[in-house]
Amino acid sequence: MTETELQARIEELESTVADLETDDDDGKKMTIVATQGSFDMAYPPLILASTAAAFGWDVVVFHTFWGLDILHEEKSEKLQLSAVGNPNMPMPNALAALPGMDRMATRMMEKRIDDNGTATIGELIELSLDQGVELQACQMTIELMEYDEEDFYDDVTVGVGAATALQHMAESDIQLLV
Amino acid sequence: MSDAFDITETLDVKGESCPMPVVKTKKAIDDVANGGVLEVLSTDSGSMSDIDGWAQGTDGVELLKQVEDGDVYKHYVEKTN
Repeated sequence: MTETELQARIEELESTVADLETDDDDGKKMTIVATQGSFDMAYPPLILASTAAAFGWDVVVFHTFWGLDILHEEKSEKLQLSAVGNPNMPMPNALAALPGMDRMATRMMEKRIDDNGTATIGELIELSLDQGVELQACQMTIELMEYDEEDFYDDVTVGVGAATALQHMAESDIQLLV
Repeated sequence: MSDAFDITETLDVKGESCPMPVVKTKKAIDDVANGGVLEVLSTDSGSMSDIDGWAQGTDGVELLKQVEDGDVYKHYVEKTN
């Protein structure tokens, strides 16, 4: 190798090292897969995502199956708590199965959330997006549920699938399935 | 922990619960100049542990002091860079 070639090689390596140092900036990554669309199950992914963003982490929430309803503007406001099969509900299943009971249980929970100063689902979505959390809507589920891409909150990422989610998971320090 | 500092900004999140105290603290500290101190007033008892944990896991901030004053939990966060 001539001296010029060596010099060029050194510069090339220095640039590679500089890139690596920038990549390894100690910033943590988290991927959450949100699969549930009931009122109570919408909260954990959104609370964790918005808090992680406050730590400065790079956060992706991949919404699939019923979890997609959390990102659906209209449906996200009508998420229901299930009264049946929920052992924490203060009523027997036979009563819980009566018409209107899910609605009543949801109303009760909404009131408690309001009294407690807990944010609404809509507020948590806005907060997460505002802080740079990437909320992804699984394309396969959008088609399966016959939803329209315009049905989702602005800034929700559409046109992504399992491979995109896996890619972020592989680079993540934390991966959660909710 | 230091006791001598001037408060630059105050954030009132009284009545709000998890994750709001942490998320709003992060937003507010972004607007504080280096060396400035943000006072956070919260009624969420979880904020004592949460803001401590957030400050430890976040670059460029230092938790100077936490005080319980009646129903209000007071946090003092310095922006270090």
